[in-house]
Amino acid sequence: MTFIVLFSILLAIVIAFATYAIISTKKAKSSGNTTWLMKFYAKESTKTIISSLIAILLGLFVGCLFLVMFVGSDMNGRHVSGFDLVDALQLVFFGIFNTGRNAGGSLIYGWNGVSIGNMLFRATPLILTGLSVGIAYKTGLFNIGASGQYLIGTAAALIVALSIPSTVVNPIIIWILAFFAAIIAGALWASIAGLFKAFLNVNEVITCIMTNWIAAILVTSLFDKTTGPFNFLLDPSGDKNYKFVYKTAHNGVETLKLGLDSIFPNSQINFGIVIAIIIAILMFIIINKTTFGYSLKACGSNKHAAQYAGINSKFYITISMAIAGGLSGAAAALYYLSGNTEFTWSTYQSLPQVGFNGIPVALLGSCNPIGIIFSASFMAYLDISGLQIRNMTMYNEYISSIISALIVYFSAFALIFKQILSGKIKLFKKKKITVDDPPKIEVVMNNTEVKEEIDTKEEVKEGEE
Amino acid sequence: MAYFIQQTLVFMVPLMIVALAGTFSERSGVINLALEGIMIFGAFMGVLFIRIFSDAGLTQAQAQLLLVVGILASMLGGVLFSLLLALSAINLKADQTIGGTALNLLAPALVMFMIIAITGSNTINTPSSLDFMLYRGDFGIPEGKDLNLFEQIFMNKIYLSNWYAIIIYIILSIILYFTKFGLRLRSCGEYPQAADSVGINVKKMRYAGVLISGGLAGFGGFLFALAAAGGASTADVAGMGFLALAVMIFGNWNPLTIAGAAFVFGACKCVASGYSYIDFNGDGIYALANLGISKYIYMMIPYVATLLILAFTSKNSHAPKAEGQPFDHGQR
Repeated sequence: MTFIVLFSILLAIVIAFATYAIISTKKAKSSGNTTWLMKFYAKESTKTIISSLIAILLGLFVGCLFLVMFVGSDMNGRHVSGFDLVDALQLVFFGIFNTGRNAGGSLIYGWNGVSIGNMLFRATPLILTGLSVGIAYKTGLFNIGASGQYLIGTAAALIVALSIPSTVVNPIIIWILAFFAAIIAGALWASIAGLFKAFLNVNEVITCIMTNWIAAILVTSLFDKTTGPFNFLLDPSGDKNYKFVYKTAHNGVETLKLGLDSIFPNSQINFGIVIAIIIAILMFIIINKTTFGYSLKACGSNKHAAQYAGINSKFYITISMAIAGGLSGAAAALYYLSGNTEFTWSTYQSLPQVGFNGIPVALLGSCNPIGIIFSASFMAYLDISGLQIRNMTMYNEYISSIISALIVYFSAFALIFKQILSGKIKLFKKKKITVDDPPKIEVVMNNTEVKEEIDTKEEVKEGEE
Repeated sequence: MAYFIQQTLVFMVPLMIVALAGTFSERSGVINLALEGIMIFGAFMGVLFIRIFSDAGLTQAQAQLLLVVGILASMLGGVLFSLLLALSAINLKADQTIGGTALNLLAPALVMFMIIAITGSNTINTPSSLDFMLYRGDFGIPEGKDLNLFEQIFMNKIYLSNWYAIIIYIILSIILYFTKFGLRLRSCGEYPQAADSVGINVKKMRYAGVLISGGLAGFGGFLFALAAAGGASTADVAGMGFLALAVMIFGNWNPLTIAGAAFVFGACKCVASGYSYIDFNGDGIYALANLGISKYIYMMIPYVATLLILAFTSKNSHAPKAEGQPFDHGQR
């Protein structure tokens, strides 16, 4: 209960601040001054963050409507009561801090090391697949193939980690080899789509979809029980019955914990999260502070202008896709090399969700590597909340998938939100439309488009120097 | 041979109808990546409504009526779900690829949430007492008679829904190519500003394209659930939606070639799933099983073939020119 009070106080503060901001801005506008708030608000990044937050809030809101819709119905023959609704709504927001129920049957909250640790563990591959989608997006490519690259990376990591005997080679060296094997495998796989795009001008979305399924079938065939060349890596013991690949811990290969398990006892967390964050920061530096990153972005904003400025756009498109694939491969390596995760891919009819979830992560983080760290954690948090909802209430865990899908749907509107925020589109049009009203809006929009194009051209010229 | 053709039809008909769905949407200028999601939702709606109506007292005697109910419900579901895409792509001018991907994520989550809510397990089935298949007896062929090839394919163990689908396919293809409406729809995918300048309402046309697409894809999902999944909806259509996209590109956005492409893909799928049972000439030798090629190779063929075709034909592929671009009055 105290938690809810705290939350409402927080909400009240935010609302108060927002009203203050709006009022002071209006005042300043009328007197012609600029306040620090206006400068802050005028920043492009502020608007990006706000529009992401709007997408999250809308997603959560509509998701909660689903919970409300099912009150009074029978789920699995279990009756959903109003209490379930209240609990589920709480868990959507604070599931991560839930520590169970007290004697009275109401939910109690506090520091839950297991949940938070698991959240960070789940966020690890999400950060990297999110980066994978995000980096490709910076170059104007929509990497829907993260799932396939992830699968190929998984296969490479597991094969290397399990086939080199740890009695001969130090497990840490095996770990590093497996990690890089996954990156290289993912990069090579993704560069198929990159090459197709660069040299044959085939839409990368279609090639990615095709390579995804080819990857799923290929990996299934590699670990096929009877005919697969790597079937000796399958675990024959009792209940596993050749359905799962050995855990890498079987060969002594495990990601180091480095004390993180003492902060989050009993959780799956390991050093992988730190590696993922380091990679994200590296990507941030590469994209924003180097000529290489600049060329990547130039190809994304205007391929022809980039080409004109002497940037080899074909090379950068291929390499961008390869980097994206490498990141997806790294995601797979960090997840499966942890030592206690099992891999089975007998179902060639489906693709790993974590690859597709890279899309919402990247979109929410507006493709900024630092933003992606936060949005990946948020998505992992939603996952954990979903599990808590299943355990604690009559609802099932798919509500969290619904919410994250809704968030992607709403983040497709990010551009609209941004335009509303910067006043380019008026939310509440006057009912009486004057004759010159609609063209006015269009003129403004066209101007910005033209301006943006000019901007990129200028930037490219700078880059040339 | 008859087995081969019938099994091919199981995959070919949904692929072809969903590829036509994609064609309608893309020809009107909206990329429909959400086909997979719409199929999932349509399949769920079809199965759900059959359950509802059979609970209301319809039995095996009205099985063919129930089948029609299922088809209509799946179409309705598809139309409703594709409204979300239309709203984001046409009215809000959002990125169509992202919108479609969002719906692909949303559909399985939503359907799974509801399936678990309704049945408590991971699947929802049509009632086991119902059998929608038509047998030789239904066509008045006596039990002892040897069937010729025609009768084997068309008069024994068939789903009427497949033939409804083929009829709808033909009618809609004619509409797309030989009517005023079809011409207008296609013009909106090629050069919407030109269409707009002669008084065609581009938004309406695009809505029509996306909603027809939704109805067809929903129907396709139901066909798949009925014939390939044995009347079960599991929030999964095994990537058929994406495969249909490939069929559409393979068929160059043209219904006639799409039908051919769907046959090739359907045959590959059929070979992959049951190659050890296929007996082409009826001599009791399962030729493909004896070749000793891994089933995974057959599974990969459609996807690899699509990639190769794309590689070789990208220069003269006729994708609608304006697909993926939000319509803007002011642009010229």
